[in-house]
Amino acid sequence: MSARPEPVAGRRLLEAPPELVRRRRKGKLFEWLCLAATVTGVLFLGVLVVDVLWDGLAWLTPTFFTEFPSRLPARAGIKSALFGTVWLMGLVAVISFPLGVAAAVWLEEYAGRNWVQTVIQTNIANLAGVPSIIYGILGLAVFVRWFYWLTGGRSLISGALTISLLILPVLIISAQEAIRAVPSSIREASYGLGATRWQTVRHHVLPYAFPGILTGTILALSRAIGETAPLIMIGALTFIAFVPDGPRDAFTVLSIQIFNWASRPQEEFRHLAAAAIIVLLAMLLSMNALAIWLRNRYQREW
Amino acid sequence: MNDGDDPRPGPAPPRAPLRFEGRRGAAGPSPVRMRLPGSGRPRGRALAGVAARTWRERAIGAALFVAGATSIVTTIGIVAVLVYESVGFFRRVSMVEFLTGTQWTPLFVPQHFGVVPLLVGSILVAAIAAAIAIPLGLGGAIYLSEYAPRRARKILKPVLEVLAGIPSVVYGYFALTFVTPILRTFIPGLGFFNALSAGIVVGVMVLPLIASLSEDAMAAVPRSLRQAAYALGATKFEVATRVVTPAALSGIVASFILAISRAIGETMAVVLAAGMTPQLTLDPRESIQTMTAYIVQVSLGDTPFGSIEYQSIFAVGLALFVVTLVMNIFGRWFLKRYREVYA
Repeated sequence: MSARPEPVAGRRLLEAPPELVRRRRKGKLFEWLCLAATVTGVLFLGVLVVDVLWDGLAWLTPTFFTEFPSRLPARAGIKSALFGTVWLMGLVAVISFPLGVAAAVWLEEYAGRNWVQTVIQTNIANLAGVPSIIYGILGLAVFVRWFYWLTGGRSLISGALTISLLILPVLIISAQEAIRAVPSSIREASYGLGATRWQTVRHHVLPYAFPGILTGTILALSRAIGETAPLIMIGALTFIAFVPDGPRDAFTVLSIQIFNWASRPQEEFRHLAAAAIIVLLAMLLSMNALAIWLRNRYQREW
Repeated sequence: MNDGDDPRPGPAPPRAPLRFEGRRGAAGPSPVRMRLPGSGRPRGRALAGVAARTWRERAIGAALFVAGATSIVTTIGIVAVLVYESVGFFRRVSMVEFLTGTQWTPLFVPQHFGVVPLLVGSILVAAIAAAIAIPLGLGGAIYLSEYAPRRARKILKPVLEVLAGIPSVVYGYFALTFVTPILRTFIPGLGFFNALSAGIVVGVMVLPLIASLSEDAMAAVPRSLRQAAYALGATKFEVATRVVTPAALSGIVASFILAISRAIGETMAVVLAAGMTPQLTLDPRESIQTMTAYIVQVSLGDTPFGSIEYQSIFAVGLALFVVTLVMNIFGRWFLKRYREVYA
């Protein structure tokens, strides 16, 4: 289709030379292989979801949501984990959103292109690649031990601070992209009317960038909701049969409950783990859906 | 035409002079002074307002800077904590034993602290993951960038992103309850915990990273290169493999490095599927322990602060941090290279 033999003799135009036929056949085979590679990932996802539903759907009873964890599989539930997850996500959102947006605004609107900005930007990119368990180690040493008097040790607030530090790099980078997408003509118009830098940011740049920032934040939070390793590090893997009352209380979350149940040998606990995974994936997918809906609803072309 | 494939807005250079204008022109007092010569009272009031405004602007700028500097504090915190506790560890265990010892038995007597088995465990899992993720991810990237019709692309890309968003602990559950039992039906001698199924699910986890970064790199290859190849009579296959792939090579290599780095730092899937057996082996059918899994194992137990077991997680953490940081720096350096060529 792209390469044709030179029309030396009229008849050759219709039939490609065998060499070209072979090359094209090779190309077709390669295309199928590449398609197969892409589909393998999709298939894997499909099998995973079906397997989890198969294992856990029958255990997803109303009491599963209203009971605390128990030694008896039939009476075990995720009440404390569910409350813990909602608490943790709320605290993480409250801590990381203002901090992340402020950092992004500074990097995009305030910092000049100087070495300070370069250092911070490079540093954020590197932090985004640090394994999550390293953040757990940081949280264990700093929030659980050094600031014991403030955080209450292995508490919700220690977990929330740890997870906030973990998602901040991702949040900052996505907020920066949203801010960068606001055309400079908006800023120029604002400055032209005599607005100060903060007035420009506050009244013009941020409102236009807000949907994008919100989308990025929700996606970052949906990453955080499944985080397990850093929370195990700060010691959230304990038997919790109560609902936390405040940020200084001990807690457990869904992902840790899943790990706890999945690592037990009994078959029944495996099913409980699968049921909890269904709940976790449902929360995660609805957050993703919300982010996509926001993006489609408010995204504008400049 | 050259960068027609890449619609994302880069950092817009024409803003730099404007930014300067904003700081000096809008917040500075000069326009007000020009507007009000002579009349005493209004002038004073206006200037006071301007002074307050300037002060407020500065305060806000400083506050925003503090938020930006949080990331620096985080990095310093990570390094300080890891180094501080590791120093305590290396007072009790020599660094030579740590780096070259082939036995890791911190929880039994006699204790041995040789990190090699953990390191080899991490590398084994990462190698299996790479063997899965590199061909599939690269194939996927080539398909998405060169072959896929627009509609297929619109569906496939988000699905791959979902694959990357599924929590690690879920992959661990899947490896333990689905992948391992299936593999055991046709691989004799495969343990209940084994490096193979852990590596496979970690490979699937990092596959989207390779696919999306490599696809970005391929999309950045100018269309003119492809057209030149077609004009010379190349088939689509030849364009994809001999023009686009080599031209995007630094981006592709970067995606491999970053994916392997992520595989080394992967924790929960490995903890659940590969077990907790620190042994020096390259046999993927065996149970092993990675650096990350060891750190989790210690924090699962009741280890008192300040004990040598407690300090050892910081030494292992430091090793893990250094390995992943070096790989990430290399990876990002490669990324920057292709961005400079085709930006």
